[in-house]
Amino acid sequence: MKWLLGVIAALCLNAGALAQEQAPEGLIKNVTNEVLEIVRKDKEIQSGSTKKAIELVDAKVLPHFNFTRMTQLAVARDWRQATPEQQKTLTAEFRTLLVRTYSKALTEYKNQTIDIRPFKMQPTETDVKVRTLINQPGAKAIDLDYYLDKQPNGWKVYDIEVGGVSLVTNYRSEFTAEVRKGGIDGLIATLQKKNKTGEATVPKK
Amino acid sequence: MAAARRSEVDGVDNLLSRRVSLLPVLACLALLLGGCATSGNPKDPIEGFNRAMFGINEGLDKVIFKPVATGYDVVLPSPVKTGVSNVFGNLDDAVTGVNNLLQGKGKDGFSDFGRVLLNSTVGIFGLFDVATVIGLEKHDEDFGQTFGRWGMGPGAYVYWPVFGPRNVRDSFGMFLDWYADPVVAVVSDVPARNIALALRFVSRRAQLLPADKVIEEAALDKYAYIRDGYLQRRRNVIYDGNPPREKEDF
Repeated sequence: MKWLLGVIAALCLNAGALAQEQAPEGLIKNVTNEVLEIVRKDKEIQSGSTKKAIELVDAKVLPHFNFTRMTQLAVARDWRQATPEQQKTLTAEFRTLLVRTYSKALTEYKNQTIDIRPFKMQPTETDVKVRTLINQPGAKAIDLDYYLDKQPNGWKVYDIEVGGVSLVTNYRSEFTAEVRKGGIDGLIATLQKKNKTGEATVPKK
Repeated sequence: MAAARRSEVDGVDNLLSRRVSLLPVLACLALLLGGCATSGNPKDPIEGFNRAMFGINEGLDKVIFKPVATGYDVVLPSPVKTGVSNVFGNLDDAVTGVNNLLQGKGKDGFSDFGRVLLNSTVGIFGLFDVATVIGLEKHDEDFGQTFGRWGMGPGAYVYWPVFGPRNVRDSFGMFLDWYADPVVAVVSDVPARNIALALRFVSRRAQLLPADKVIEEAALDKYAYIRDGYLQRRRNVIYDGNPPREKEDF
């Protein structure tokens, strides 16, 4: 019966391989292509419906982001001053802001194509940068880079750079200025006020 | 102020030991322009002046630039807009080539001239960007970047109405860009030249319309968002897309 044990062992190993998280550049490639494919077909998103875009982002994109780390990096030194309750609220509000912004950008999509740049990593690395290029007719291609870290439940994005401008770094200046003005609560209030303006609401998680 | 400028993460400064300090000149200029308060922000020493200029530009944009650009964007079909953008882009490539050579990047510079030659002939006066199709990448160089490569420190952030964000060094670069403007060199008839310059301006403004909407959504403080994005972007282009990532220590 030993051969049967061998077969079962082989099956278990294969199942393990399938359950393993995707490699980071494969993840970026698949999610990007999937999202753009949907946007290309969806007339409502193309005509500016942020609501539909938010639903799309919520379902397909958000699960791959590490919002806690992003918020921590954006709030920077002031993060340690915040209570766990404030940290939780900050993360939720920043997540909403990013979802709305990302969704808005998707409604402006006009048939650009994305190329993933050649990517190499060591098997033991837990923090990587995946570089992509947005091709658009009549203008220079734009660099779009993703920074991912390896979490127990897969690779998660914690920063995006567009044309060399880091999302997290850009928000860091604004957040620092807000905290100087009105403390952590002031920053939370500003974010909440901003997230209330405009049309669609983001589903809470 | 000197300490704040040394901490500016433009590592090109390390290449040459001598740096031109224009900050005192600019500070005087700011004071002369009406005694706007200087803020404590080390990367934005003349923030008061800049915010005022930003306000003026927002006003002009709302009333003139954006409506005209929106009209242009809505009325013209995509291939026409792409053609217009390509023609001006082709002229820009000549200046990019010159700047690449001035920075000692011969291969890139000759590639840029190759682009101009190809696009002007096969691409029919620049209407079609065939060079990109065959693999000659479009580069982005200007006199501000050249001065940066030569070791000139960026100086204070400056916001100009109409022209937008610069720093002191890039403002000098901008003046030189005007002097060496290919549209001015190629179009000698003044009324035609003015139409060409206006068309280029509208074309560029129209290309930024999608970004407008995203910035409105993304920014807590539109002025600061644009400033910080600009400062990061300049750092990036001077390093030609490979700036060292700032260390995080929190």
